[in-house]
Amino acid sequence: MSTATLSLAVADGDGFLRRLARRPLAIGSAVLLALLTGLAMLAPAIAGVAGIDPNAVDLLARFEPPSAQHWLGTDDIGRDVLMRLLLGGQVSLLVGMAAALASALVGTAIGLAAGYWGGRLDALLMRLTDGVIALPLLPLLIVLAAVDLGKLGIPADWADAQAVSLYRIVLIIALVGWTTVARLVRGAVLSVRTRDFVLAATGQGAGPLRIMALHILPNVASPIIVATTLSVGNVILLESVLSFLGLGIQPPLPSWGNMLTNAQELVTSAPWLAIWPGFLIFVTVIACNLLGDGLQDALDPRASE
Amino acid sequence: MIRYLLDRLVQSAAVLLVMSLVIYSLIGLMPGDPVDLMISADPKMTSADAARLRALYGLDRPLLARYASWLQAALGGEFGYSRLYARPALDALWPALKSTTALVGISFALTLAIALPAGVWAARHPDGPADRAINLLCFAGISLPPFWLAILLILLFAVGLGWLPAGGVPTRGGAGWIDYARHLMLPVATLTLHSAGSYLRFMRASMIETMRQDYIRTALAKGAGARRVLLQHALRNALIPVVTVVALGFGGLFSGALITETMFAWPGMGKLIFDSIMGNDYNLALLTLLFATLLTLVGNLLADLGYAWLDPRISYARREGGA
Repeated sequence: MSTATLSLAVADGDGFLRRLARRPLAIGSAVLLALLTGLAMLAPAIAGVAGIDPNAVDLLARFEPPSAQHWLGTDDIGRDVLMRLLLGGQVSLLVGMAAALASALVGTAIGLAAGYWGGRLDALLMRLTDGVIALPLLPLLIVLAAVDLGKLGIPADWADAQAVSLYRIVLIIALVGWTTVARLVRGAVLSVRTRDFVLAATGQGAGPLRIMALHILPNVASPIIVATTLSVGNVILLESVLSFLGLGIQPPLPSWGNMLTNAQELVTSAPWLAIWPGFLIFVTVIACNLLGDGLQDALDPRASE
Repeated sequence: MIRYLLDRLVQSAAVLLVMSLVIYSLIGLMPGDPVDLMISADPKMTSADAARLRALYGLDRPLLARYASWLQAALGGEFGYSRLYARPALDALWPALKSTTALVGISFALTLAIALPAGVWAARHPDGPADRAINLLCFAGISLPPFWLAILLILLFAVGLGWLPAGGVPTRGGAGWIDYARHLMLPVATLTLHSAGSYLRFMRASMIETMRQDYIRTALAKGAGARRVLLQHALRNALIPVVTVVALGFGGLFSGALITETMFAWPGMGKLIFDSIMGNDYNLALLTLLFATLLTLVGNLLADLGYAWLDPRISYARREGGA
């Protein structure tokens, strides 16, 4: 994403950066997200240096308060909370970014096809989009997350592998999350399809794929970037809800959502366990939203005055 | 108008039919089947018994054949028995719908009562200090994980201060409406805090957009007071897209309270959907999911009709290609 933003900034002269500089909240959010992502991606290394195994159970050290050894204390089976937060952040951020990117890819493909070819294909794809938007999102995600992969013919040893809960949640969120980008892209394609530079390229014999990639896509990049930034936050929220309900990322793999699964029972005895993961979700999601909001204003000066 | 209405009705019915097949197939893909549940309840059952039972209930038939029999029964108003509640699935639905309507109705009214005036107020000076503060608060509300917000509220008001119950509903014949209201407060607060932000931002955006129009400039130039222009000229037009969004949101409300209801043990639609899916209550899960879809479709229909009714510039025939 950062390279895309950068190239756009170059293409747009310094207008983009100047407008972004007027949005201190957006810049602060970007810095915060970069910091969080960096820390989370370094989690295994940090755990190695500190000599703390984030999955090591120690039943003699349950619910310990913060100490020099465990900076944020330990959880209900004696695992280090800070290390699990970092590792959980890795999972939550990866899922958020991967699912948002996957949604954006699917949405872009559908929006391009509908807008470029139009006619029956457009009508069909847009009815499909309307249909998906009309669905009750959360119940549907819960059903999709509860589907037994064995019944789909996926071998049991593969279906039970730990990493599968990761791919699965990315997949089901992408399955329902593409609609916003599809509509945006379709609208943008319709507005540039008949412009002179596209007609000129068609006249010179460029094929549809070349026209889409070289002439249309660069012109619809801004709304895609904004929508994807906003959707990272949304996806992290959805992932946390599903994992909290026990349907997303499966323990012992930590995610910010599943670290809160037991929080409701622990709320009287160990409230800090219920506070930290939720706080990090909150901070990450609000940073994504503020960054998306700021990018929107900076990329589309018409929308803000 | 009648023709447009009929068109949309037929379309919605078609979506509902397609969704019933999709949901039916998905429910079939959930772990286990009704006979597995009987096996786990009766250790003496042999695999031959199980096969015989599957044949008896038609579970060995192909998916489409099973769907066809289900659809036939469903069209006759027969949705089968709920395993968890040990009564017809429909009978389990109505009380849940009533509880949800109380919770969601109050919270929705409160949300709009906060969001719409605050949105108009924020739009008076876009990017001013008040607008920025409100904007930040909106993003905070939108970004709060609803289950975490529920935990924080329970931690503060139920565990810490002990003012309000942490969940559940008053026992029957209990202390009357004051007790009922006390049980509603935390769930309503959770829902309202989470949803007010997006409505507020929408109202604000629509208001700002409207204030840029030429007729507003004309009204101001002719010497109408700022307050009069804001409330009489701008607000009425700015509300049109907001009505659409409100109607769109309305359908999703009934299943949207799923997390809140689960957190506070409020026996509504959302909790019923969640419990029936997690409890392998196939008939009830199917019925509740379908009902949630139906409500969402009704919300969408109302949004479209409201839009067409409020804005005479929309011609019903032209809507086909529109957004």
